[in-house]
Amino acid sequence: MYLLAIDPIWWLIIEKLVLIAFVITVSMVVAMYATYGERKVAAFMQDRIGPNRAGIFGIFQPFADAGKLFFKEEIIPVSSSRFLFILGPALAMITALLTSAVIPWSVPLDINGRSVPLQIADVDVGILFVFGVVSIGVYGIMIGGWASNNKFSLIAAVRGASQMVSYELPMGLALLGVLLFAGDLRMSSIVQTQVEHGWNVIYQPLGFIIFFICALAECNRTPFDLPEAENELNFGYHQEYSSMKLGFYLFAEYINMFISGAVMAVLFFGGYDIPFVNEAAWGLGQNTMAIIGFAVMMSKALFFVFVFMWIRWTIPRFRYDQLMTLGWKKLVPLALVNLIISAAVVLWLKK
Amino acid sequence: MQLTNRAKPVDRRPMNAIERLYLWNILKGMMITIRHFFKKKATIQYPEQKRPFSQVFRGLHILNRDEEGRERCTACGLCAVACPAEAITMEAAEREPGEENLYREEKYAARYEINMLRCIFCGYCEEACPKDAIYLSQTFAPANYGRSGFIYKKQDLLIPNPVEDPEGFKKAQGEIARK
Repeated sequence: MYLLAIDPIWWLIIEKLVLIAFVITVSMVVAMYATYGERKVAAFMQDRIGPNRAGIFGIFQPFADAGKLFFKEEIIPVSSSRFLFILGPALAMITALLTSAVIPWSVPLDINGRSVPLQIADVDVGILFVFGVVSIGVYGIMIGGWASNNKFSLIAAVRGASQMVSYELPMGLALLGVLLFAGDLRMSSIVQTQVEHGWNVIYQPLGFIIFFICALAECNRTPFDLPEAENELNFGYHQEYSSMKLGFYLFAEYINMFISGAVMAVLFFGGYDIPFVNEAAWGLGQNTMAIIGFAVMMSKALFFVFVFMWIRWTIPRFRYDQLMTLGWKKLVPLALVNLIISAAVVLWLKK
Repeated sequence: MQLTNRAKPVDRRPMNAIERLYLWNILKGMMITIRHFFKKKATIQYPEQKRPFSQVFRGLHILNRDEEGRERCTACGLCAVACPAEAITMEAAEREPGEENLYREEKYAARYEINMLRCIFCGYCEEACPKDAIYLSQTFAPANYGRSGFIYKKQDLLIPNPVEDPEGFKKAQGEIARK
């Protein structure tokens, strides 16, 4: 009884802390198993079996990999600036995880009459927050490359930074169409409009394709993985990194993949909405619906992670001039055309 | 001038609109990879499964015994002469009375060594041997830390005694019994 009598603000803090811990754990576990998934997908597409020695089907492989990374010798180059060298991977990891704060994972839970939204922060600027954090992600690369005091790392970091900055523009423009339909920046209301009116991917197919291509570029995934072209361009900005600091960079990439999959699911594929059915008519309890919604959301996000891997093991990398041409000369005009058309349609519908 | 008519001209047509968009071709490529995703895998799970060697595979040598367990080799040196890589050396010794259960002939190899680093596994020793004493089995030389480990002595090459260890004898003889 005493416990229930405490101030509601404490409830809020506790529920948010639990949610944050849960979301971060889920992201970490997903990222861990994405490394395993990546290897398995690669193997399967190349008619191989992939890791299968650690545990049944090799499911303990991520632990073995992480253990290996932890126990490797950690080298900090003498000529590097030590503080920045450590800050780089930390920043990459933090920005990767921060984005998950505004993603609505499911409909609210109902605990003793309290509605607990399964979203860490339903901020007004929602999607802009995602963009802001993703832009900070450039610093992770840039600082890492700079602090290594190695010309190759620095050039790779510049390459990566310019790529990410270039692709943020068409990404933002492609998104504006969605925002015009939703009329709101909040992630939860974007999902809500999709639940009511159908998924955005139906109204914005071009916008989705542009967004998807830019997401690949933002996550440094093939065909845009020039910042870290491990086999031709000297391993990119993490050339001087070893042990778990390298692990952090690689890990952040997988978290980014998962989060961008989740963002795409929210913006274009209706978030936790189940397609073709009216789940409100099932008459299930609020909590059951929340769990189902979470599962649906996760499967959508993981599907995108799979598509990312699928693309990686299908096509080779772009040349750098091709990358820039695609970004500036093709995607930006296309995104602008998409924006103008959807603006006109919205204006016409409003009238 | 063309020597054969197998040369194919390079298609240098400029890309059409769909090709220039890349997306369609990328989609086609993705369909290929996803088909491979569900294909039967080519992997052989090595230590558990082994790929069967061909019937005529020439691997590590064995020194054969006869049915009573006596060494067949009589140290004639024909294998060493036949060996193009000069990998085989031996020292002969005379059989003493009372050793008839050990050696088949009056002369035997006291020392018999094959340097597996020199050996080219051509199988000429097998062909040269008049006594059916040396055969190339269906295994290959395992890795070793030093060069000396690749010089196989007589005790490394001799197969198990059929009287004491009939199963080991059968296993070591393997396919050669059928030759």
